[in-house]
Amino acid sequence: MHQPVDAEPPPEPEPPPRPGRPEPLLEVRGLQKLYPLTRGVVLRRRTGAVRAVDTVSFGLGRGETLGVVGESGCGKSTVAKLLVHLERPTAGTVRYRGEDITRLSGRALKAVRRNIQMVFQDPYTSLNPRMTVGDIIGEPFEIHPGAAPRGDRRRRVRELLDVVGLNPEYINRYPHQFSGGQRQRIGIARALALNPEVIVADEPVSALDVSVQAQVINLMERLRDEFGLAYVFIAHDLSVVRHISDRVAVMYLGRFVETGTDEEIYEHPTHPYTQALLSAVPVPDPGARERRERILLAGDVPSPADPPSGCRFRTRCWKAEAVCAEKVPELAVPVAFRGRDRPVAHPSACHFAETLPLDRPAPRHVRQAPATGPSGPGGPGPDGG
Amino acid sequence: MPDGPGPQQPESPPPEPRDPASQRPEPQRPGPQRPGSQPPGAQPPDPRRPVAPTAGGAAADLAMDEGAALELPYGGTPGGPVGRPRSLWSDAWRELRRNPVFLVSALLILFLVVISLWPQLIVSTDPLACDLGKSQQGSEPGHPFGYDTQGCDVYARTVYGARASVTVGICATLGVALLGGIAGGLAGFFGGWADAVLSRTADVFFGIPVVLGGLVFLSVVTGTTVWPVVGFIVLLGWPQIARIARGAVLTAKEADYVQAARALGAGNTRLLLRHVAPNAVAPVIVVATIALGTYIALEATLSFLGVGLRPPTVSWGIDISNAAPQIRNAPHMLLWPAGALSLTVLAFIMLGDAVRDALDPRLR
Repeated sequence: MHQPVDAEPPPEPEPPPRPGRPEPLLEVRGLQKLYPLTRGVVLRRRTGAVRAVDTVSFGLGRGETLGVVGESGCGKSTVAKLLVHLERPTAGTVRYRGEDITRLSGRALKAVRRNIQMVFQDPYTSLNPRMTVGDIIGEPFEIHPGAAPRGDRRRRVRELLDVVGLNPEYINRYPHQFSGGQRQRIGIARALALNPEVIVADEPVSALDVSVQAQVINLMERLRDEFGLAYVFIAHDLSVVRHISDRVAVMYLGRFVETGTDEEIYEHPTHPYTQALLSAVPVPDPGARERRERILLAGDVPSPADPPSGCRFRTRCWKAEAVCAEKVPELAVPVAFRGRDRPVAHPSACHFAETLPLDRPAPRHVRQAPATGPSGPGGPGPDGG
Repeated sequence: MPDGPGPQQPESPPPEPRDPASQRPEPQRPGPQRPGSQPPGAQPPDPRRPVAPTAGGAAADLAMDEGAALELPYGGTPGGPVGRPRSLWSDAWRELRRNPVFLVSALLILFLVVISLWPQLIVSTDPLACDLGKSQQGSEPGHPFGYDTQGCDVYARTVYGARASVTVGICATLGVALLGGIAGGLAGFFGGWADAVLSRTADVFFGIPVVLGGLVFLSVVTGTTVWPVVGFIVLLGWPQIARIARGAVLTAKEADYVQAARALGAGNTRLLLRHVAPNAVAPVIVVATIALGTYIALEATLSFLGVGLRPPTVSWGIDISNAAPQIRNAPHMLLWPAGALSLTVLAFIMLGDAVRDALDPRLR
């Protein structure tokens, strides 16, 4: 069944369970990561904290793909690191098959790591330059000797190379002898080695050029279907996320602002940030480009060390009113859409959620007339960070 | 990358029996669609619609097509010999054996080590048997380098002097590299409280002037062996390597591949030995080999000042010290030991350079 992505379930009746939606494999509740800011060398004083991830909750079913999109610096990568336990959360839980993994250590943690693996963003730094491909992909077997008998490991590595579409003869090569796309395949093979159930992919294609991106995405889709993998797929490229994801979460300044299926998010966005984000996506059709309006946001993303009170997006939102500064909008189906059907009624953390076309059009300073070119500055669009 | 994959096959996955993208029933998502294929008037797009179907879009769609088209069967680009698993060190050794700089410097160092151990192999004269009657005389049969002020054979003294220099250089460098490398590496890897203490301690030792410190420390030592000098060099030299090692480890441990190994469940020992150390050792090796040269020179300096090795120990530093005032009368007394010193320092620096290159697969 579909998990509403908020800390407290909304009081409205649960949406009808979807057929075939599996029980959550990974369940994240109230995940929070603060990086303390200190001053002074000898006498450390805590002067504040960077709120990198602030109360993020979601569920991930077996074989499901959750896409997470957002601007650079909104906390996407921190979520990934928290999920694979590279960072310990300040608060909140990550339950894998009902077990909270955030407090695990030692042997128990090692066992869980077998099932949650990560694919890194930059294929040029995620492979040890001094190890051969065989050693890199074989390392999981050395760390977890139970995963494959010693004599069998070399063969398994060749199989993995074959699975990710690389020539098994490449086993003795070094990473620098491969192109970016091939390296990312090696990184995927390493993540696959232990037969994990969840793969957290932190912008796995953003360092690759577009044609290679497509190959890697296709590979990841094929592997998902073949091995029943569940992905948490983090990216800032909306089209890539849409291509691969069953569900999408839009993140802004450490929080999820809107979640839903790809149709719900891309066709019926109700959060103003999502709407602005989507309007910044380049449109291939010049005719459509002329006619549509872009929502250009004013200002910059506030510092996560000092986020705005109430709704985090209010400083750049054209709908912001007094209530937005006082009350944190919950990530739940907005009141306006309660009782309505699925595509529109999906969790959106906004007091004034509405679908497009906007009932109250964005004021002049956040709108861009169609005449202004396709890529004006200041848009919240996917950037290269 | 001389034997990298050919540009024709940047990606060579096996042919796909099924395309997962097309398998997923997604009525909302139009199939591959090129920008020009749809006349603007044929299907008026909704202007209020915020996003193109697969926005990002034409490029991505086109690329998905091309990506699929590129998925050809393997080409004939073999990845080299498949049999024996190769490792960094075996590859480095193969690389070194073909490097003339390494061969020359290694042979020179081998020669130096051999004559340090067994100087009587090439010298029959006793370096301490001197004849004042031949003071500062030039070369003569059986004594090719001539005589020094005391009438000792310069050739014999130069050969015997190698032992002191090589011993001091190698022992001091080993001590410095081990102590500094381990201390700095561990401090950088684990950080925190121990790191702060170590860094401040290193700063204290760094602040001691070498020559002044040598004059103070070594003037109270009365032995004639090389060990006080080695100990002194290690004592003052380790902070330099510790800093380098700490910095290199700090850089290496943040790398994604270390994070990846950690995410796989690797312990600290494995992270340090397999991932951090091999990627942090190069700067340490480079600095240590350069330092080896300077330690040999430092030993000569201290001996020159009279606080390093002392007669009757035979050392290039002592000989240079004795010869310096006589350079205009008998330059051969200075040139031979000084030349031997320079050649030794150069050999070690070249060796270090070659080893560094071999340890970095990116330079192959």
